[in-house]
Amino acid sequence: MANFTLRIRRYDPGSGEAAHWDEHTVDLRPRASVLDAILKVKNERDGSIGIRCSCQQGICGSCGVRMNGKPGLACNTHLEEAAGRRASLSGSAQVENAVIEVEPMGNMPVIRDLIVDMDAVHWKKIQRVTPWLLAKQPVPEREYVVPHDNMVDVTQTMACIQCGACVSDCLSMEVDPGFIGPAALAKAYRFVGDPRDAQHAERLWDLSKDPQGIYDCTHCFNCVEACPKDVAPMNQIMRLRRIAGSDFDLEDPNNGYRHEHAFVKNIKRNGLLHEADLLPDSYGGKFHPRAVPELISSLPTVATALARGKITPQKALTHPHKAPKEVKRIFEKIEAQEERVELNLYIVGYDEAEEQLDMPHIPHTDEPTPLRDPHEPPPAASTPPGSGAASDSKPLPEADMTGAEERRPPREQWEPLRHDEAEPESTDTESES
Amino acid sequence: MKVAYWPGCVSRGFTPELHGSMARVAPLLDIELVALDRAACCGAGVLAEHNQELADTLNARTFALAQQVQDAELMMNICSTCQGAQTECQERLDANSEYRARINQTLADEGLSYDFDPRSPLTNKNFLWLLVEEIGLDALKAKVKRPLTDLKVGPFYGCYIVRPTRRLGIDSEHPRDRYLHMVIEALGGTVVDYAGVYKCCGFPIITMNKAASLAQAGRHLGDALDADADCLVVPCPLCHLNLDLQQPAAAGVVGRDLGLPVLHLPQLVGLALGLEPKELGMGKHVVRPTSVIDWSTSVVAASAGAAGAGAGAGAAA
Repeated sequence: MANFTLRIRRYDPGSGEAAHWDEHTVDLRPRASVLDAILKVKNERDGSIGIRCSCQQGICGSCGVRMNGKPGLACNTHLEEAAGRRASLSGSAQVENAVIEVEPMGNMPVIRDLIVDMDAVHWKKIQRVTPWLLAKQPVPEREYVVPHDNMVDVTQTMACIQCGACVSDCLSMEVDPGFIGPAALAKAYRFVGDPRDAQHAERLWDLSKDPQGIYDCTHCFNCVEACPKDVAPMNQIMRLRRIAGSDFDLEDPNNGYRHEHAFVKNIKRNGLLHEADLLPDSYGGKFHPRAVPELISSLPTVATALARGKITPQKALTHPHKAPKEVKRIFEKIEAQEERVELNLYIVGYDEAEEQLDMPHIPHTDEPTPLRDPHEPPPAASTPPGSGAASDSKPLPEADMTGAEERRPPREQWEPLRHDEAEPESTDTESES
Repeated sequence: MKVAYWPGCVSRGFTPELHGSMARVAPLLDIELVALDRAACCGAGVLAEHNQELADTLNARTFALAQQVQDAELMMNICSTCQGAQTECQERLDANSEYRARINQTLADEGLSYDFDPRSPLTNKNFLWLLVEEIGLDALKAKVKRPLTDLKVGPFYGCYIVRPTRRLGIDSEHPRDRYLHMVIEALGGTVVDYAGVYKCCGFPIITMNKAASLAQAGRHLGDALDADADCLVVPCPLCHLNLDLQQPAAAGVVGRDLGLPVLHLPQLVGLALGLEPKELGMGKHVVRPTSVIDWSTSVVAASAGAAGAGAGAGAAA
């Protein structure tokens, strides 16, 4: 047993009183959870403390709070772990009598004490991404079989328990509350990565043309760090960008597509980043109508940089650094490959412990999923995720991801996203091969 | 110590003072820099977002070139973004032998190979990590000629060098998310804690959502000013672009005067080691530290006396 000082932020918006800290000393095992401590205080000393919780086992996702500055589940954070965070922040290693500050999550309005309004922010954003399967027709009478690798791939986002920890500390949302945000965009990937969904392109266009969509993520890793379930929302956002930009060639009005392609072209040409070209190219090129107002508004910045000798006209206009031919060769070789290889360590796990790792391959295809009579023996034994066993699910459906756009009608002819469709019964009925 | 030195792109592009100040500081710390001139951009996350294998191959090539540097103890970078992007690629390369073999096959045409030995994997450290873990704070302290007495410094880590903690090897034995604090103190300065210490400068979305990008930079600068900082210090040139180069524009977005100098880490170190602001390229900053901080009062040894009187007042100027 050890003593911990629990500081709980108390606030009741209806009371007219300002928020304040309540301090309690609790005597608990260092490996008891922060939730244990909160409930102990609530049960024994102050029943008015507002906290939302249910399962106490890291499953229900109700008890998201900030503990010593970091968001997470109170029920699966040990007191010593939370205390260690603060000890580290103050430069001392003392855990005994360490202070644990518990606050409500950020980016969401407080209802009372540690309870935030998930409806006002989190669930609204989830609804924004059409969070159900828009099934390809006709829906088979029996199981809708999904290739094993695809299923394993989307399990990472399906692991989300909607606790809101990632939303709490999203740094884009902090300055731009309209940003769709990490949890909802991870949910969006769950359907874009599902071969049974019929409207991948429409979903991606919807999310890339939105000024507060996939290109509004500032790549800060806060959501990756916050998530208690390793969903890595930011990684899913990057995959949405990759699929939107490379497989569907969706040229969004937010410069996301152009910036990415300008960057790639820039490195291929120069080896090192030549910033003077990147900005105008991200807006479509120096003489593009879109670039002109942007470049004019940047003139004061450019002028100061020139005046300070940060950049020289010669350096800005010429390309002093040229990519070695080996770098160009790498670009050419990889860009010419028919399939894009992606290694997701969440799926394949790490070497050494498990030697026989198969090259992971997530096909992204619009070909209909080959259906299989459930009475027939499965084509391959199913393997648990990360088992490392060679997945014999090959031959996979068509691997070429570059031709996706050729197989679908022009954007004008797409069906609108069926937002209004009644949510079909649970999407969790998928069966693996 | 001899290091395979990866300066990155921006330190030789829009923040030439970073590369320059590192070159000045290195000999004072007995660091021999062997620059990886033929290596390419780390991709800054954008290449990986476009094509993961492409980013992994380019960085594997950089690692292979680093491994070829005779007697180099490790690879060193001076950019948080390089640190984060390269560590992410290295994690994949080291984790999966089949994937590594595939990448090495591409490198083989050039006669290069990235070798992974689980007992001694490639070490790639930002200058900040190297300062604390290789040189050591005591040794650093011993080299200080001009303690940053009364200089109130706000650490700004940026994202790539502190998250995700597991990948970056941050734990109780390696509190890398405290190293800037520790270095500032070792140099004799005063750490200013403010809300933005671990937040994002906003740079990655500057071309996509300029207002949101500059709102982030402006907010953190404002928070540091409110906490009475004289300057910020950054281990990342991309943060420097948004916090310094774009500072006048950020001030417009957040609607307040800013004027907070932002120093690169080697500049702060160099200053304490006795180098002059000018030779550290501080005249190249948009918010000139030389015009805002009165070095004669802020940065003199306490023994010079009267230091306290005018200290800190400079920031308001």
